[in-house]
Amino acid sequence: MSNILEVENLVVDIPVSAGMLHPVQGISFSVGRGETLCIVGESGCGKSLTALSVMDLLPSSASRNADRLILDGEDILGVDERRMSDLRGDRMGMIFQEPMTSLNPAYTIGNQLEEALLRHRNVPRQEARDRAIYLLEKVGITAAASRLRQYPHQLSGGLRQRVMIAMTLMCGPDLIIADEPTTALDVTIQAQILLLLAELQKEFHMGLMLITHDLGIVARVADRVAVMYAGQIVESGTAEKVFGNPSHPYTQGLLDCIPIPGKTKRGAHLGSISGIVPSLVGDLSGCRFHDRCDYATPECTAADVDLKAGESTDHAYRCLLSPAQCAENAKRKVPA
Amino acid sequence: MLIYASKRFGIAVLVAITVSLLSFSLIYLSGDPAMALAGESATQEDIENIRRVYGYDQPLVVQYTNWLTKALVGDFGYSNYMRVNVADIIFARLPTTMTLGGCALLFALVLSIPLGVLAAMRPNTMIDRFALSLAVVGQALPSFWFALILVFWLGITWQVLPITGTASWLNFVMPSVALGYYITPAVMRLTRAGMLEVLTSDYIRTARAKGLRPPVVLFKHALRNAIIPVVALAAVQFGFMLGGSIVIETIFAINGLGYLAWESIQRGDLPMMQAIVLILACFYIVLTFLADMLNAFLDPRIRVG
Repeated sequence: MSNILEVENLVVDIPVSAGMLHPVQGISFSVGRGETLCIVGESGCGKSLTALSVMDLLPSSASRNADRLILDGEDILGVDERRMSDLRGDRMGMIFQEPMTSLNPAYTIGNQLEEALLRHRNVPRQEARDRAIYLLEKVGITAAASRLRQYPHQLSGGLRQRVMIAMTLMCGPDLIIADEPTTALDVTIQAQILLLLAELQKEFHMGLMLITHDLGIVARVADRVAVMYAGQIVESGTAEKVFGNPSHPYTQGLLDCIPIPGKTKRGAHLGSISGIVPSLVGDLSGCRFHDRCDYATPECTAADVDLKAGESTDHAYRCLLSPAQCAENAKRKVPA
Repeated sequence: MLIYASKRFGIAVLVAITVSLLSFSLIYLSGDPAMALAGESATQEDIENIRRVYGYDQPLVVQYTNWLTKALVGDFGYSNYMRVNVADIIFARLPTTMTLGGCALLFALVLSIPLGVLAAMRPNTMIDRFALSLAVVGQALPSFWFALILVFWLGITWQVLPITGTASWLNFVMPSVALGYYITPAVMRLTRAGMLEVLTSDYIRTARAKGLRPPVVLFKHALRNAIIPVVALAAVQFGFMLGGSIVIETIFAINGLGYLAWESIQRGDLPMMQAIVLILACFYIVLTFLADMLNAFLDPRIRVG
């Protein structure tokens, strides 16, 4: 499988009044063609900034660094804004968290959809319109042709997110980045939208980088999973490996928080991870998770912990514990 | 859209009626109009005569209705001082004032909107500071003083521009600048604030994520939304400017409505003042209505329910 996106040692720094904020600290991942990579983690762990880094849409105060940033064989680390804007919307598209505010209130759905294609392709407007109608139907919007004349405020949140998805598909991109696309939606709509994304991803054979904290969905759609904590990837691997053999205490904790129908006893306390995410301002060292970890030892704070291979290939985690110890912990914590 | 327009139109008509009531009542503001007309040495009989001739003896409702129906067909009565029909004078002078107001508004918008956009694109830089200081100065300077400064430097010391009259378009430069500069700060600051807010909005990020070029993002997606409150403000400010034109026209001796208003106030020419107040107010109402329509065109949330 050729990689559509390769990121190596991505670092994002943002100067804040208290010092230098390090929201993303050297993360590496890749997305293959036709592959779904899910990035999981709690709020503030750097997921969104990672996505924006790839699109080069970070706020202007943030600085981005990486060893490698390759999109479809092209190094996009040093390219100028002009080239970047050629790639955005054409080779890669992004779906945002807030469908209610992500569409321009002043223009019709049709105008905003067509604009995405007309920017990158020299095609007549009619062709753009046909493509828009085709894609609106693809994302499950009925009476697509008449929707083109509607304005965003006339559509519900779920419909707007479908429009956003159709918009990113206008140029047939190789990579779609979806940043918590369902967080702002009704629970009943959430699963629909995510499954729609997964379907489209298969149909158009795109790479999908899905940022979410819905582990249930991750288990259903992900090929590979990267668990982020405090600006680092703490565990990554194929979905089976990460879910079947969660090694990092944080991943184990996350999985422990999910109630399982039939297993979790009615009225029993759900699992939780005590403590809060550490501040990412200033110099950081040691395991970022140590103060919330049940297995922490003095060694954990001594030095940064590197990612290391798990029991099998395609699986890595960032912990001093050996694979065997992790498996032992997992058995105790996560009911299999 | 039709519902919105007719609603707005209904409100405009109501405001116009209120304004007509106010300007009608102007005539009674300075006491008994018949007594004022008759002069100090008049006998009681003279006063009663005048009262009858001018219809001041009739009930107020009748007087108002008569006055309004005449005003609606452009008959504002007879100027006791100038011995002519009020309407003739006013419609002769109106174009001058409208030209001045239009030029001033144009000057203000051309200066303030680009400056506001630039300041928002580069907040806290030199250009932003420059725009801010321009705004502070504009807000602080009384327009009559600024006009006199212009006259002193450009008109007298350097003699690059004529200081009085309406002979050519050059005569309109200084008055337009003096009048327009007065509304620049508000328009510019609102443009800046609007752009700052819009530029950080999610749909601008979406536009950039689509790969749109910066000018398209800026003008098509950002300015269109940021300009909506500015339109309403500009209409209100234009109303202030019509008022301000009284001062400016007097300074530059421009034979417009403002100058006429000043003359009429001095002469106690009540029918003339009444008519001027009514016409300026109606202009203001029409303008506000047009601004509402323009906003509805710009913002589909107003237009499409």
